[in-house]
Amino acid sequence: MTEPSPPRLDLEALGIDRGGDLLVRRALRGIAPGTDLRIAGSHPDLLIHLRVLCRAAGHEVRVKDDEIVVRRGTAVDAPRRGAVRAGKADPRSADAVVDAPSPRWGLAARGALVEAGAPAFHRPLSSKDEIWADDAAHLYAQAAANQWDPATAIPWAMPFELPDEVEDAVVQIMTYLIENETAALLVPARFVAQIHPHFREVMQLLAIQAADEARHIEVFTRRALLRRKELGLSTAGGQASLQTLVDEPDFALASFLLSVLGEGTFLSLLWFLHEHAPDPVTRDVVRLAAQDEARHVSFGLAHLGRHLSVEPSLFGRLALAVERRHDTLRNTAGLNQEVWDGLVLLAAGSFRPSDIARGHDAVLALSQEMEDKRARRLERLGFEGAQARALSQLHTKNFM
Amino acid sequence: MSTILLGAVAYDPKVVTIWDGFRVFFAKHGLDFDYVLFSNYERQVLAHLSGHVHVAWNSPLAWLQTERAAKACGRRAEAIAMRDTDCDLTSVVVARSETIRTLADLRGKRVAVGAKDSPQATLIPLEYFAAAGLVPGRDFEVVYNDVLVGKHGDHIGGERDAARALAAGTVDAACLLDANHLAFSRDGTLPASSRTVAQTRPYDHCNFTVLDDAPRDLIGRFRELLFSMHYDDAEVRPLMDLEGLKAWRNGRTEGYADLAASIDRFGTIVPFLEHAASEISSARP
Ligand SMILES: [Fe+2]
Ligand SMILES: [Fe+2]
Repeated sequence: MTEPSPPRLDLEALGIDRGGDLLVRRALRGIAPGTDLRIAGSHPDLLIHLRVLCRAAGHEVRVKDDEIVVRRGTAVDAPRRGAVRAGKADPRSADAVVDAPSPRWGLAARGALVEAGAPAFHRPLSSKDEIWADDAAHLYAQAAANQWDPATAIPWAMPFELPDEVEDAVVQIMTYLIENETAALLVPARFVAQIHPHFREVMQLLAIQAADEARHIEVFTRRALLRRKELGLSTAGGQASLQTLVDEPDFALASFLLSVLGEGTFLSLLWFLHEHAPDPVTRDVVRLAAQDEARHVSFGLAHLGRHLSVEPSLFGRLALAVERRHDTLRNTAGLNQEVWDGLVLLAAGSFRPSDIARGHDAVLALSQEMEDKRARRLERLGFEGAQARALSQLHTKNFM
Repeated sequence: MSTILLGAVAYDPKVVTIWDGFRVFFAKHGLDFDYVLFSNYERQVLAHLSGHVHVAWNSPLAWLQTERAAKACGRRAEAIAMRDTDCDLTSVVVARSETIRTLADLRGKRVAVGAKDSPQATLIPLEYFAAAGLVPGRDFEVVYNDVLVGKHGDHIGGERDAARALAAGTVDAACLLDANHLAFSRDGTLPASSRTVAQTRPYDHCNFTVLDDAPRDLIGRFRELLFSMHYDDAEVRPLMDLEGLKAWRNGRTEGYADLAASIDRFGTIVPFLEHAASEISSARP
């Protein structure tokens, strides 16, 4: 009885140094450890290089009857032995996103087969309950589809004439918007670096959110400088309010203060500015920003809603955060007076007393709308009516 | 239990990572292991002979230096373990010109080698030439690429310079470790037109060396733990990858025969042995 002869790989003239190693690895994958592969080829250094390759990979090489024979070792399989699947790539499949991904999954793609022995990456945000939203993939797709190019989305060159004081008001409002957008960029940017990459969709969403804010900063700056060489006033009270936001170390609290309360309030402000914009450029920059903000608010509501459903004690912490921030800001000036005046002027359209009265009423109505909508969002999260209203009233007078 | 102290040569920054990793591994298994780094093998061999370290991670040349210096004072050295990848290495002689097809064609030519103390790129290939009847320096010119002498060719720089010299046409042939020949063929350091004109017999590379007065229990435990390392174990695999092995093997010394013939022929370590003899005798009370 004769043994069946081992499989044979013909490399022809191909050298190990030019990709022959790939074919050898492929052929060896196809045979069992401890069994042989015959290798033929005409490259002059074939045997020399095969010996180097196999020495490093733990295979044996011998020459038998003028033929090169490689006996497959087991070391090449080691990285796959004991490797684990890091969840599943598609977030819709069951168990795709686990509650507590291993730090050793590190930066591996969710769903990848992760070799054991990788170093641990300790991410502060690595619990699903803290950050996950089932909507994240959908919101990210929406954000990616709605990215706009500041150079072409806004009619920068469209002619318009504004009285000096109206232009001044626009520049002041833009100056105020820019610092608020900066806070809105820094908060997600800080937390995205803390997230376990297993929560890929949330990571992507926060990244694109930061990119949205980068664009908002750009277009507001560009609008402010369209007719002027200098920006307006940044007040101590405004910055004090933003500092309490930027310094908040807890993701849930920061996201609550920024996205649900701050950006929620900004939605009303931006649509107000859209309605009363004195020129086409202002009208478009605030409209495009408002569209983005709506997504930021949606994500805040989505992940906090999920978080609250699994951890009801978070209600108390969120309420406390609003109260604490209110106490901290109690003795600050609140909204920049010049911004307030600017909003009145834009809504009034002129300095005629009767117009100013109308403008003033419109800004008061805006404040009321902001407060009502904040309360409604708080109710959507599950706060009961009276508390929702009370917390809404404690929100910073700086809007963000 | 007391500390087992290893000596190793710092030929690359990764050496620190490697031995720190071994320290953690041995500590986890209850062996108090520490290491001392030397900038060159000669200093390490002297330190070993003077009893400053218990075990030395030696190049093949450092093994022979230790073995012979030990013998000169009536002592005995032993190679207790080596990597699977230390076994059966070869070196090749590469040329470019169509007219150079055998070693004999290199008569009167210029041949690039590695550092003058490199077993793989200098000492073993030159022995191979000499055994074939071509006396280095007389029958052909030897062009040394002395990168980091004292590190016994562990650093790849000397061989890369030899390959570059061949590519630049300033030499007619270059001597390289087989693995570096593959690496330099892959990355284009060697021109596609180069050809291998000769290959040495297989020889062995590094080993863990101990002397006859080493603490037996400690060495026994050290060896036992080394051999307990399995490439399948994810905890030690990164360390084994870094050190470049899949399995530890028993030490064997037959694979140093060609290197021994080389240093006998060229008298390579005679000055070192004289120096060692005076150092060691003056160190003894
Ligand atoms: Fe924004
Ligand atoms: Fe935003």
